[in-house]
Amino acid sequence: MQQPWPWWVAGPLIAYVMFSLLYYGKGFGISTNFKTVCCMLGSCKVSDFFCFNWKDQIWNLMFIAGVVIGGFIASHYLTPDMAVNISPQTVSDLQEIGIANPGASYLPEEIFGAENVWSLRSLVFLLGGGFLVGFGTRYANGCTSGHAISGLSNLQWWSLVAVAGFFIGGLAMTHFILPYLISL
Amino acid sequence: MKYVRFLIMGVLFGIVLSKGEIISWYRIQEMFRFQSFHMYGVIGSAVVFGILTIQFIKRTGLKDYHGNPISVATQEPGYARNLIGGTIFGLGWAITGACPGPLFILVGHQGWVFILAILGAVAGTFTYGLLQRYLMH
Repeated sequence: MQQPWPWWVAGPLIAYVMFSLLYYGKGFGISTNFKTVCCMLGSCKVSDFFCFNWKDQIWNLMFIAGVVIGGFIASHYLTPDMAVNISPQTVSDLQEIGIANPGASYLPEEIFGAENVWSLRSLVFLLGGGFLVGFGTRYANGCTSGHAISGLSNLQWWSLVAVAGFFIGGLAMTHFILPYLISL
Repeated sequence: MKYVRFLIMGVLFGIVLSKGEIISWYRIQEMFRFQSFHMYGVIGSAVVFGILTIQFIKRTGLKDYHGNPISVATQEPGYARNLIGGTIFGLGWAITGACPGPLFILVGHQGWVFILAILGAVAGTFTYGLLQRYLMH
């Protein structure tokens, strides 16, 4: 329980979560919650895209509330050692582009640590990265849970197109743009 | 009270993605550099079990908790939107090191810092809603 879980534990459990939601009549899709928040904040006035009854999504808001709690429980009670055993090649590649201690904890503290947040670099990573995630996922009509897990499980070939897109974007960012963002 | 079960499923999901290190920025970097099998194993085994689950549901007509056959919703096909939108999503995923689920998990993990990323994602979603009619789908 205190050790990191291998992929063959985590992957099947993710499929189990998808099944539980289906069993209770719901579809697995996390990014829909961003749209629901827009709707709740009154965005219906400016775009019909946000005109729907957000109360139908209360279950999903409860789900993400649980997700936050799960993250809190895991980090505070189940993970005594935050080091992540990433590949030595990744460690040296990341050191080369300016990350001080790759794998020392879950995230690079120089970017995501609370004490460093009010820097241009951290705001680009959080607000800018978040913006692309939110825009892209709605444009693609789904994120990793909706397309990569649910969509591929349902053998929807257009979900494979979306996953190919995830990788085109992710590879371009990682190999061509990220070094510049880290040096901000 | 009927929502409590979804809260519990969320807690399970949050713990699984934390303990599986899927919320780690480094694991996402490792994935986009093809330097470890870990993330491919997680997503691949989730999809294999997911396919088996959905095929089982469809072939046996498995009933949900109401006693009705489980229906698996199919998303609308849209190749252009999936490719373009997916690419934009991927650009963001490699920056934050987190897709939407992990963004919420990281609030529980790192605290308020990741609320900024969620605000960014809500702003991105809002912008999509404004521009939707001008975009190719």
